[in-house]
Amino acid sequence: MASTVLDEHVDHITEDHAHEHNESFITKYIFSQDHKTIAKQFLITGIFWALIGGFMSLVFRMQLGFPDTQLEWLRPLLGKWLTTEGKLDPEFYLALVTMHGTIMVFFVLTAGLSGTFSNFLIPLQIGARDMASGFMNMLSYWFFFTSSVIMFFSLFIETGPASGGWVIYPPLSALPQAMSGSGLGMTLWLISMALFIVSTLLGGINYITTIINMRTRGMSFAKMPLTIWSFFLTAIIGLLSFPVLLAAALLLIFDRSFGTSFFLSDIYIAGEALPNIGGSPILFQHLFWFLGHPEVYIVLLPALGITSEVISTNSRKPIFGYKAMILSMVGITVLSFVVWAHHMFVSGMNPFLGSVFMLLTLIIAVPSAVKVFNYLTTLWKGNIIFTPAMLFSIGLVSFFISGGLTGLFVGNSAIDIQLHDTYFIVAHFHLVMGSAAFFGLMAGVYHWFPKMFGRMMDAKLGYLHFWVSFVGIYMVFFPMHYIGIAGFPRRYYSFTNFDAFSSFTDLNAFVTIAAIATFFAQFVFLFNFFYSMFRGKRAPANPWRSNTLEWTTPRVPKHGNWPGEIPTVYRWPYDYSKPGAKEDFIPQNVPLSETPESNLPAEAAKVAVEKVNEDK
Amino acid sequence: MVPQEAHIDEPRATLSMHPKKFALWLFIVSIIMLFAALTSAYIVKQADGNWLTFQLPRTFILSTIIIALSSGTMHLVYLAAKKDELKRVNIMLAATVVLGLMFLASQYWSWRELVANNVYFVSNYVSGSFIYIFTGLHGLHIVSGIIFLLITLGSALRLKVHAKNLALIEMCMTYWHFLGGLWLYLYLFLMFNS
Repeated sequence: MASTVLDEHVDHITEDHAHEHNESFITKYIFSQDHKTIAKQFLITGIFWALIGGFMSLVFRMQLGFPDTQLEWLRPLLGKWLTTEGKLDPEFYLALVTMHGTIMVFFVLTAGLSGTFSNFLIPLQIGARDMASGFMNMLSYWFFFTSSVIMFFSLFIETGPASGGWVIYPPLSALPQAMSGSGLGMTLWLISMALFIVSTLLGGINYITTIINMRTRGMSFAKMPLTIWSFFLTAIIGLLSFPVLLAAALLLIFDRSFGTSFFLSDIYIAGEALPNIGGSPILFQHLFWFLGHPEVYIVLLPALGITSEVISTNSRKPIFGYKAMILSMVGITVLSFVVWAHHMFVSGMNPFLGSVFMLLTLIIAVPSAVKVFNYLTTLWKGNIIFTPAMLFSIGLVSFFISGGLTGLFVGNSAIDIQLHDTYFIVAHFHLVMGSAAFFGLMAGVYHWFPKMFGRMMDAKLGYLHFWVSFVGIYMVFFPMHYIGIAGFPRRYYSFTNFDAFSSFTDLNAFVTIAAIATFFAQFVFLFNFFYSMFRGKRAPANPWRSNTLEWTTPRVPKHGNWPGEIPTVYRWPYDYSKPGAKEDFIPQNVPLSETPESNLPAEAAKVAVEKVNEDK
Repeated sequence: MVPQEAHIDEPRATLSMHPKKFALWLFIVSIIMLFAALTSAYIVKQADGNWLTFQLPRTFILSTIIIALSSGTMHLVYLAAKKDELKRVNIMLAATVVLGLMFLASQYWSWRELVANNVYFVSNYVSGSFIYIFTGLHGLHIVSGIIFLLITLGSALRLKVHAKNLALIEMCMTYWHFLGGLWLYLYLFLMFNS
């Protein structure tokens, strides 16, 4: 028996060598099937999109904060999207808001976050040589790339990119004559998103298959790092919700280009009655939000998983409530599918149905609070090491609390009627989902950079990046709550047309300045990222003294990840500061029998029983 | 034999399945979600009113019979492959492909029947448009199934399908039976909800 196992193993090694010899530049860096390279491709593409999306927000923040300012210097970039007075064109303002949302939600925080860390960490942390299907994984990236190219191209067409908001509600998005962005821009948006959905499904199927089928010996579900649990549940949410968006997009495509009336009814436009009757725009909202709400958790869960890992490692303490963490993530996953209509309280839905969705929505507070308390109790009395990744993780917890609390407000249908589509909502989701997930992404980059590139990022620049971003983000989004409670609607081009809001001009200018500062702090990160990639300090094998399997690989793992045998797992990943242990961490691949000094009574008993069995 | 260095707390191997078969099942789940979304949209829209009821095309019965037969031939492929009757595998695979094409033709006839009854894709009655969406999208998946069958046939002709290498046949069978079941679901759904 043992010899067959070894033979297989030898086969693997020779196979791995064969792979390496055949690699050319193209198969190694471009059409690579290696999960680590694909992860880096997702990361770099995500960073590229984040810069574009962030820059767009600055342009429309200029309009909101300083409506009289001259933007003539942007003429080379924006061309005729500036009016003759050098101000932003109102239609292009809508396009910017739409594309900012689309880019950030889908291209940065879904593909950039899940794509990077699911690909990078799943095989490394569960002890697999690669994903279940490297080819499908490669396809997933290239579908995403094609989708990116099309979306990028749509920014530069004459009629402008899609402008009906990232939620693309019909009839606005369905009728080319409704606004210039609903023409070719919307068509390209739909094509791009269809490809994006294919990419997400290919990726998701691969993640789930890999996690279930390719774990190393001993890596039972109860010993999996919380990062893997979060990627697993994220992939399940994506698998179940993205096909529904595809269905909605498909029907919208037929309405736009083939003349059907799924979402269109009784429309007069420019004094002319359209022939479409019988459709229902609310139907689109149902289909869209059946994806749209789970999408929030697709964005958030990986960030929470990364945070669990980083906080536990850098508190030098086991994660508090490991099972509670898993159960609350499962709870969030299930609940995410039954709350979508809280986005539609003002759509004229039956108030009784509204109360049902309100109740379900508020139940999500329970697992979310469990997670927050577990983070805080993990930090409590830990030997905290403030690495940049740790700071970003703590920042995430802070955003998750302050943004989550306002979720209790907007989840109530009665209050939501006042707050719906105001800046209060903008503040709420930017804190709880946008900034929190962005901080999770950053924590992940700082924490796993040594494994990705074999070098350390500069910690001091990391601290600078963190503090400016953290303070800046609060200065941007906290004031928005007040503007929102006052009733100012989101997506409006101008504050100055309404006397009621003229008292907020200073606050808006303040928000814009804070946004500019926050955006430019990201260049500190960019410099740090690219400089450290080539010139950073060489990373030690296990720089954070962490327990998970990825730190048992060589400094820069090659194709196949482990040069020899894949390590076996004997314990859960959170044995930090175990009483009696020599070091304050015991990696997952250390057998219980080698640590008699720190074994708990139950573990010692297990070792003893097996010893007796062996003696027989 | 190399003496094995046994750890006394040697952990067990983890549960695992054939990764590709597992991935196929996940793909099927995503297709189920796609059609679940569309059929739910149909029910929601129906409750909204302005709904045209009409006779389903009679040809649907023919389509159902054809696809049931093709599931039968697909199963014979599997039984033959298990017994290493390679010639029978090829014949039955080809028969399944032909039946799949006949199903598509039958669906096309049912579209013509719909048009003859004044039920159009582009109309002000969404009920009609939905039937075209259901059958069209299902037909598209049937096309993908036929491509899968042809790939399997190709590898059967290169003698790569036999009793010791059933994974491809099993996956092909799973997918084809699923597509048959999906049609049955759509047909019954339309029968009870129109």
